[in-house]
Amino acid sequence: MVSIEVRGACVEFPIFDAKNRSLKKSVLGRAGGRISAQKVPVVEALRDVDLTLRQGDRVGLVGHNGAGKSTLLRLLAGIYEPTRGRASIRGRVAPVFDLAVGMDPEISGYENILIRGLFLGMNRREMERRVDEIAEFTELGDYLDMPLRTYSTGMRVRLALGVVTSIDPEILILDEGIGAVDAAFLEKARDRLRDLVSRSGMLVFASHSDEFLVELCDTAIWMDGGIIREQGPLRDVVSHYKGRDIFEGLSPETRRRLEGAEAGG
Amino acid sequence: MAVPALARQDADEPASEELAPSPRSWGRAFGDIRQAVAQRELWGHLGWQDIKQRYRRSVIGPLWITISMAVTAAALGGLYSQLFGQPIGTFMPYVTVGFMIWYFISACVLEGTETFIANEGLIRFLPAPLMIYVFRTVWRQILFFAHNVVVYVVVLAIFFGQLDEPYRMIAVVPGTDAVPGILHPGLSWWALLAIPAFVLIVVNGLWVTLLFGIISARFRDIPPVVSSFMQLFFTMTPIIWTPDLLRGGEPGSIKAVIEQLAKLNPFYHFIEIFRAPLVGQAQGWTHWAVVGAITVVGWALALVALRNYRSRVAYWV
Repeated sequence: MVSIEVRGACVEFPIFDAKNRSLKKSVLGRAGGRISAQKVPVVEALRDVDLTLRQGDRVGLVGHNGAGKSTLLRLLAGIYEPTRGRASIRGRVAPVFDLAVGMDPEISGYENILIRGLFLGMNRREMERRVDEIAEFTELGDYLDMPLRTYSTGMRVRLALGVVTSIDPEILILDEGIGAVDAAFLEKARDRLRDLVSRSGMLVFASHSDEFLVELCDTAIWMDGGIIREQGPLRDVVSHYKGRDIFEGLSPETRRRLEGAEAGG
Repeated sequence: MAVPALARQDADEPASEELAPSPRSWGRAFGDIRQAVAQRELWGHLGWQDIKQRYRRSVIGPLWITISMAVTAAALGGLYSQLFGQPIGTFMPYVTVGFMIWYFISACVLEGTETFIANEGLIRFLPAPLMIYVFRTVWRQILFFAHNVVVYVVVLAIFFGQLDEPYRMIAVVPGTDAVPGILHPGLSWWALLAIPAFVLIVVNGLWVTLLFGIISARFRDIPPVVSSFMQLFFTMTPIIWTPDLLRGGEPGSIKAVIEQLAKLNPFYHFIEIFRAPLVGQAQGWTHWAVVGAITVVGWALALVALRNYRSRVAYWV
């Protein structure tokens, strides 16, 4: 069973400048007997985070820029271990923060698919099974044999989305910014994204988009200034954050989709 | 909104109430190593990609790596054999093998310091055991080394006659009256000892990459410092000169002092255990003892660094 438990976690980033980075200066400073500031200043990105996530949770993450959403996502992904407090992550994490990560511009689209998949925890055999399906979804055709540097940004995003939505994540952690594709592709991607989420054991999704949040998540967390300001049902938390009832601003299609899901679920 | 039913059932682990062990624990350190070994497809593939990168868009491809080493060895071997007055038939293979293994060792050290710094983008975006980057770096060096083995085979074929019988690197040590060079036994099946020697060197490459990688992630002046030291060590290690040349000094003379200093150079021993079997030279167990001791101490230090700072590297890069 996948789960994430975080207790009293703090994430503090040390700020290094040239002086603090130098071993020579650290050693000489100490030898001089100065007690003074060889201390490295820290930025407290997260403070006293308490969180329990279990299998089946679909959590949206909202907050202003700089509130600590990305840092929290990285904490949950296991990239940053808390400087104080504890975090326990059980299950394989598929983090999707930046679609370009792990992509090598010099190698072909096919090879990039393989490498991205390997990074996301799949093994070679599993990726080879999925390659055709991904190739079809991305509609990139012959471009898949060409090096990635010949791709436009939109094409790279399609490739990355294709890979990311083909894996079977136990814990899926999405950061906003995956919506940067053209409208037609977004429709296709949306369904695939929903499929992906339904295959995942757990989802944490940071976004500013009401539509995406409403479609994919059922609870939410509001981050503000490095702490969790509110946790609870999606509609309540996000409406408090945005200052209006988000269900009212939704497009008719989304509403229909929601009602369809509710009726069928 | 109803929560969709899950299509997958995960293998159930008994849900434990206790939190994960502290970030600074042996459990996490060894877990890191274990997980990295399990992900060998990933770092194996990445290491290969690194190699292919080097000869992408080049005409002669992988040969470029081999040829450049062969030319260096030939030029320096030829020149220094004349400068030292040593027969070229035995000196050339000596220099070639010395170069081969020195390139491997020094690349492990130099690229080791840059391991985590160079992989900064990946470390901050993807959760992965630290050892993956260590394995990637060392695996890349092994692949490079494999390219250069071809040169050894060629050199062995050319100079087989001279290496196959007992020989001295130099008839009389210059600067002395009648101190002869060491008598080497010539090639034998002991040459196979080079394989365990290489394995041992790789094991050392791993701890050097891990330890110096962690230190350099925190203190950025380490890579250039290490680089300067490696240049010094290249000269102080018998690669283009033979240890014979330092024999016969009067006790207390500069020559004798330098002879002792040369023995303190750890790289000397690493190169000896690999080179001596391959060119039919006299082998000493002391070299193996020194390398063994360095392996143990080095790994102990590296494991302590891994335990204490594994979770900090993501904050430092």
